[in-house]
Amino acid sequence: MLTHLINGISLGSIYAIIALGYTMVYGIAKMLNFAHGDVIMVGSYASFCFMMYKNVPVPLALLLSIVICTVLGITIERLAYKPLRSATSLAVLITAIGMSYFLQNLALIIWKADPKWYPDIFKDTAAIEIGGAVVKPVAIVSILVNLLIMITLTLFTNRTRMGKAMRAVSEDKGAATLMGINVNSTISITFAIGSGLAAIAGFLLCTTYSRLEPTTGSMPGIKAFTAAVFGGIGSIPGAMIGGILLGIIEILARAYLSSELADAIVFGVLIIVLLFKPNGLLGKKIREKV
Amino acid sequence: MKKKLLSLLMAGSLVMAMTACGGTAEAGGNSGSAAAGNGQLTGTLKLGVIGPLTGGAAIYGNAVVNGTSIAVDEINAISSDFQIELNAQDDEHDPEKSVNAYHQLQDWNVQAIAGTVTTKPCLAVSAEANSDRVFMLTPSASATTVTEGKDNVFQLCFADPNQGSASAQYIADKKLATKVAIIYNNGDAYSTGIYQTFKAKAEELGLSIVSETTFTDETTDFSVQVGDAQKNGADLVFLPIYYTPASLILQQASSIGYAPKFFGVDGMDGILTIEGFDTSLAEGVMLLTPFSADASDDLTKNFVTKFNEKYGEVPSQFAADGYDCAYAIYSALQFYAAKNGGLDVTGMTAEELCDILISVFTDASFSADGVTGLGMRWDKNGQVNKEPKAVVIQNGVYVGM
Amino acid sequence: MTSIKKASVNSKKAFLNYALVIVFYVVFQTLVSTKHITNSLKGQLIPITCYMIMAISLNLVVGISGELSLGHAGFMSIGAFTSVIVTSALTGLPGIAKLVVGIIVATVIAAIAGFLIGIPVLRLNGDYLAIVTLAFGEIIRNIITNLYVGIDGKGVHFSFLSPDGLGMEATGKIVVNGPQGALGYTKLATFTAAVVLLFIVLIVVQNLVNSRTGRAIMAIRDNRIAAESMGISPMKYKMLAFTVSAAMAGAAGAVYALNYSMIDPKKFDFNTSILILVFVVLGGIGNLTGSIIAAGVLVVLPELLRKFGDYRMLTYAVVLIFVMLVTNNEKLKGRIDTFFKKLRMKISKGGRKK
Repeated sequence: MLTHLINGISLGSIYAIIALGYTMVYGIAKMLNFAHGDVIMVGSYASFCFMMYKNVPVPLALLLSIVICTVLGITIERLAYKPLRSATSLAVLITAIGMSYFLQNLALIIWKADPKWYPDIFKDTAAIEIGGAVVKPVAIVSILVNLLIMITLTLFTNRTRMGKAMRAVSEDKGAATLMGINVNSTISITFAIGSGLAAIAGFLLCTTYSRLEPTTGSMPGIKAFTAAVFGGIGSIPGAMIGGILLGIIEILARAYLSSELADAIVFGVLIIVLLFKPNGLLGKKIREKV
Repeated sequence: MKKKLLSLLMAGSLVMAMTACGGTAEAGGNSGSAAAGNGQLTGTLKLGVIGPLTGGAAIYGNAVVNGTSIAVDEINAISSDFQIELNAQDDEHDPEKSVNAYHQLQDWNVQAIAGTVTTKPCLAVSAEANSDRVFMLTPSASATTVTEGKDNVFQLCFADPNQGSASAQYIADKKLATKVAIIYNNGDAYSTGIYQTFKAKAEELGLSIVSETTFTDETTDFSVQVGDAQKNGADLVFLPIYYTPASLILQQASSIGYAPKFFGVDGMDGILTIEGFDTSLAEGVMLLTPFSADASDDLTKNFVTKFNEKYGEVPSQFAADGYDCAYAIYSALQFYAAKNGGLDVTGMTAEELCDILISVFTDASFSADGVTGLGMRWDKNGQVNKEPKAVVIQNGVYVGM
Repeated sequence: MTSIKKASVNSKKAFLNYALVIVFYVVFQTLVSTKHITNSLKGQLIPITCYMIMAISLNLVVGISGELSLGHAGFMSIGAFTSVIVTSALTGLPGIAKLVVGIIVATVIAAIAGFLIGIPVLRLNGDYLAIVTLAFGEIIRNIITNLYVGIDGKGVHFSFLSPDGLGMEATGKIVVNGPQGALGYTKLATFTAAVVLLFIVLIVVQNLVNSRTGRAIMAIRDNRIAAESMGISPMKYKMLAFTVSAAMAGAAGAVYALNYSMIDPKKFDFNTSILILVFVVLGGIGNLTGSIIAAGVLVVLPELLRKFGDYRMLTYAVVLIFVMLVTNNEKLKGRIDTFFKKLRMKISKGGRKK
C-alpha cells in the first residue's frame, strides 16, 4: 500500500511539473497549449541524444535539454500563438493542436517510430526502503524535484519583479500594460519557464518508464492538463495538488480496482470534482457580468 | 561471379525440388519469350505490399517492405523472363487507411498482395480482398480470424494458437517450470490469441498458472503485473508479447530483484536491437521463433548479409517474413508453371491469379523453403506448418537450445 | 422586417446545401455506375459522407450552440458498436432492413448517451466544459475497449473486462471482442444510404437552426444572461442541441462501422475528435456548407498526398497552422486580402488589354 502511495505521489509529481506549464500559460495567455506534451517529448529526445550519442554527463545533458525546450517554447509562442492574441480561443486551440501534430511528426521523421530505451541513471543505486515499502530511487528524486520547483516558483511569483509582472498580466492585461509592464515579453517568459519545466518532467518521466517514442508526451500531457483543470486552471498550487492527487488515484486504481479501467477512473474522478467545484479545487470563481 | 553463385544458391535451395528450378537458373540465357509449354514462368507480376510505413508501427511495415524488396531483387536477377514489380502502400496501422491503401493498389492493377503486415488492418482488408478475389499472403498478421472463412488469404507466419501450444509443450517437455505467470497485451489479437491456447495447453500438460495479468498498448508502467507474478511465486513468466513492452517488464523485474525465467515468442525477437537497451537485462531470456538472424545456414546468412548491406541493420522477424512471402508466391507460380506447361502472368487479372495461387497453396505436394522455415506447407484454412526454433539469449546473442 | 429578410437568406442557404448534397451524390453515383472512378476514391465515398455528417453534427454543438466539445468521436463509437451488435443479432432480415434498424438503434442509443453525458457537461462553461467532453470521450473509449459481446441461439450476451463472463453456448460467436474490436460482421452500408442519412441530418439541423428553438439556442450562445432574462431555459435548449448532435454522430458511426468488416475502438480516440473539430473550424464555425466541403476535402487530401509518406502529416500540420494564422490574424488577413485584390485588378486589367 505504502509503495503504491509513494509511486503515486512520484507519478503525480511528474504530472504536477507538466501541469505547471499548462496552468501558467493558461493563467497568462488564457490559452490551452496542447503542444506542451510534445515539448516534453522533444526535451526527452534532446537529453537522450546528448547522453547516448555525445556522451555528455547527465546533469549537463539535462541542462542542455532545458535550454532547448526553453528556446522551443519561446519560438512556438512567437511564431504560432502571438499572431493570434486577439483571435477566438478556438482558433488558438486548433493552432496549438496543429503545433502538436507538427512536433510529433517531426520527431517521427528525425528519430523514427521505434521506441528508444531511455538510460537509467539510477541503475547502480539500490532501491530505497521507507517503512517497509520498496521504491525506485527515481520516485524519490521526482518528489524532491517537484518540491524544489514548487518552492522556487512560489518565491518567484511572489517576490520577484518579473513574477509580480506575471501575476499582474494574468489578473488584467489592460491594466498591466498601463502600469508599464511589457505583456509580450512576460508571456514569452511564461512560455520559457513552462517549457523548461517540461524538459525536467520529460527527463523524470522517461527515467521512470525507460521508454521514449514520438507519442511519449501525448497521454501524460492530456493527464497533466486534466490535473491542471482538476486543481483549478491558472493556479500554481492547484496544479501541484491536482497533479499529485491524479497520480495517486491513477496508481491506486491500477493496483486495486482495474488496470484496464485506470484511465476511465481518473477521468471519472475529474468529472465528479468539476461537478461540485466547477472551477477546480483551487480555481477562482469568475463572476459573470451582465 | 558472385552474382551467378547467388542465383545458383537461390535456385538450388529456395525453390522446391519438384519445380523445374534448375531449368529456371539456366533459363537466364534464353531469349525473352520463353515458349509456353516448356514449364516456364514468364511475364511481370504486380505484387502489392500493405503495411504501416509511417506512424507508431512503422518499424514493422518498413521491415517487411525491405525484406520483400530484397527477395524481389534476387528473383528479378535470376532471369529476365520473369520479373516482379513491387508497390508498397502505407496504412499507418489503421484499418480505414489500410482499405484505402488496398484500393490504391487496385488502381495500380495489383495481381497479388503480400500483406497486410498488422492484424487489425489485415482483418479489414482481407474481407475486401475476399469479395474481390485478390490473393493475399500475409507475412505477419497471425490471428486465426485473418484466414478464417477466407479461402484466398494465407499466412506465412505461425497462426497464434500454434505458437501458444508449442510454447507450453516446450516448457513442459523441458521441465522449465512448475508455476507459470502470464503477462499479455489484451489489446492485441496476437498476444491474446497466443495466451488463450497457451493457457489451454498448459493446463492440459499440468503446468500451474499462478498469475495472469494484462496491459494495453498505452501501458508504460508494469509494476502491478510484475508484482503480481512475484507475489504468486511464479518461477517462469511467459510473455506472448512484442519486445518493447517485454523490455520494460524485464527492467521492472530487475528493479525489484525478481529473477524468474522469461519465455517469449516470435514477437520477442528484436529485443536486442532496441537503441540504448541494456542487453544484460535480457540475459537468459528464452524464445520460440521461426527466424533467428544468427542462424548459420546459407539461406539466413545470405539474407542477413544482403539486408545489412542495403539497410545497415540486422533484419528482424518481420523482414524475414516479408522476404519469404515474395519467395513463397514466386515458388507457387513456378510450381504451377511446371505442372501446367508454363505460365505467363503478364496481364492476368488478380482474380485469375487468385485461383491459381489458391490451387497451389492448398496442393499437398507444394512446399516452400525460406529463412523462417524449411518445407513450409499450408492447410486449407490458410495456416502455415513449420517448425519453431527455441533460442536463449546468452551474452547478448541468440544461442540455439 | 429584418427578421423576414434573415429567414429568406437562411432558406436560400439551406437550399444551397441540399443542392450541394444532391450534386455530390449524382456526380459520384454516375461516376461509380459508369466505372469512371478510381477504386481508391470509390472506397472513400462512404467514410467521406460519414465525416460530413460528423462535421455537421459537431457544428451544431460548436457553432450553433457555442460549446467546445472535444469528445465527439465517443458518440460515433457508441453508434458504431451499437449498429454492429444490432445488425449481427438480427438474423433473417434483408440487408437493407438490418441497416435501417441498425442506424435507428445506434441513433437512439447515442442520443441517450448524449443526454446522460449532457447532464453534467452542460452545467460547466468554456474550457472546463471542453475538458469534461474530452474526459467523457476517453471514458467511452476505455469502456468499449473492455466490452465483450457475444451472440448465440439464446440471444445477445454482454460481459465486461473479460470474455469469460459471456456464458455462451458452444455455437455462439463473439461480436465485440474487447480491445480487439468488432470483427467478422457483414458489410451493409451503401453510398446511397449514407447520402440519404446526410440529407436527413441536413434537414434536421437546418430546420432546427431556423426554428424558434434554434433562435433560442443561438440567443443563449450570444448572451446567456440576456437570453435567460427573456425566459429561455439555457439548460433545456443546450441539452436539446447536444442530444441531437450526439444522435447524429451515432448515426454516422453506424454507417461508418457497417462500411468495414472490422472496427477498432482505438479508432475513436481524441485524435478523431480533433480531426472532426478541424473540419468544423476550417469550414467555418456555424457554417454547414463549409463543414461539408471541409470534411470532403480534408479526408481526400491525405490520400492524394500518399507519395509524401512521412512528410504527409507534417505538411498537414503546417497547412493547418498556416490557415489558422491567416484567417485569424487581422494583419495577415489584411495583407492577403490586398494581395488578392491587386491580383484581381491585374487580372482584370490584363483581360481588358487583350
